[in-house]
Amino acid sequence: MRDNEVRTEEFINALVSDEPSTRKRFGSVMGMAVALGALVAGGLFFVAIGFRPDIQEAVKSAPFLFKFVVTLSLAVAAIGLCSRLARPGVPVRQWGYALAVPALLLALAVIAELAMTPLSTWKPSLIGSNSRVCLTLIPLLAIGPLACLLLALRQGAPTRPGLAGAVAGLAASGIAATFYAANCTDDAPLFVATWYPLAIAMVAAAGYGIGSISLKW
Amino acid sequence: MAHPCLFGDERANVTPFTIISDCDGSRLWSAPSQVPEGASNNETACDVGPWCNMNFGEREEEWALLMRGAIAGDSAAYHRFLLAVAPYLRATARRQFARMGAAGGDHEDIVQEVLLAIHLKRHTWDPSRAIGPWVAAITRNKAIDMLRRRGRQTEIPIEDVIEQLPAEPTGGGEDARDVERMLAMLNPRQRDIIRSVSVNGASIREVADRLEMSEGAVRVALHRALKALAARYRSDAKS
Repeated sequence: MRDNEVRTEEFINALVSDEPSTRKRFGSVMGMAVALGALVAGGLFFVAIGFRPDIQEAVKSAPFLFKFVVTLSLAVAAIGLCSRLARPGVPVRQWGYALAVPALLLALAVIAELAMTPLSTWKPSLIGSNSRVCLTLIPLLAIGPLACLLLALRQGAPTRPGLAGAVAGLAASGIAATFYAANCTDDAPLFVATWYPLAIAMVAAAGYGIGSISLKW
Repeated sequence: MAHPCLFGDERANVTPFTIISDCDGSRLWSAPSQVPEGASNNETACDVGPWCNMNFGEREEEWALLMRGAIAGDSAAYHRFLLAVAPYLRATARRQFARMGAAGGDHEDIVQEVLLAIHLKRHTWDPSRAIGPWVAAITRNKAIDMLRRRGRQTEIPIEDVIEQLPAEPTGGGEDARDVERMLAMLNPRQRDIIRSVSVNGASIREVADRLEMSEGAVRVALHRALKALAARYRSDAKS
């Protein structure tokens, strides 16, 4: 055995002497981050934002409920992808495809809306009445979950820090948009497909920026 | 130190192995997805001494077994895990650097850096998954960092020459430099603690007695020192 190998064995002694791994496994860290992030976003929502005034009627309407299908599928796919990106050597392709599910659902809904409504209603439907609120509240509600997820990712070992941060941004805005959708009175797929992705992209870009700096290990 | 071999060569079940590709398509860790029963895949295995007759599947099972023990709190198993991984890392580094045209010589540097990363990120291995791809991905990540750090400058491939020279009888200067260079990055107290538990092989208790600290404080200081070391590598990689 060469001398340098002895050196490494000595170094290994130091690693073994280091505190035993009392640290939580990464899976539970991620779970806690999601729960805490949802709690923070939910707290902010119920304290400062609240349901839309006609919530009793809205819960019976399909377009309103469909918004949650989209936002929740985004949250689930992005959280799943995010926790895989944080573990070295875990294949992520399938969860990357899963991220296309909310996009496809929304695209189909838009096509259905365009097919079923007259041209004259398209523009008002797209512009809606809450676009500015949407672009403000989704990023605002996403701050808490994004912070929790990024802190959890620091415990992980993402080999692509920027991407992991961006996906954390998608997950956070999936959670945020789920709450916001209960406040927003615009249910038209055209509105959702225009403004929600814009707000979500802002959060994802922030996640990318923070991630590529702070998630290196 | 002998490498414990828990499984004999008669153990022939082979787990299919995935190929992990770099962004540029280069392979760091590869094995055929199907290995005929009984056949051994020695593409890399013969670089790694005691593991010569073991194929990927066996080696991986051994690592996973040891790491599960380590998670359960068995530090002897953890020690054996790190000792078992080191030769693989060394072989990988040698091959990788040769392929990328970087010089040989101080692979031990990256072996230690990867071991440190494996150690600090050991909780990210999911025990329900294969451990090989996990080790390989960490190795690849650190290899990329190191190449970036060196700016891929061309160095004289001197290793072949060195191999033919008689080994220096007392602590090779080259490798002492690695450890010294790593330790030089730390503050004196951290340096003292790492040096005591690694080079001198002292126990946490002995260090605590000598420095008149509690064992807990020594553990915390050691952990911080190791994290500081990793952070130092990282900041090097950025510049």
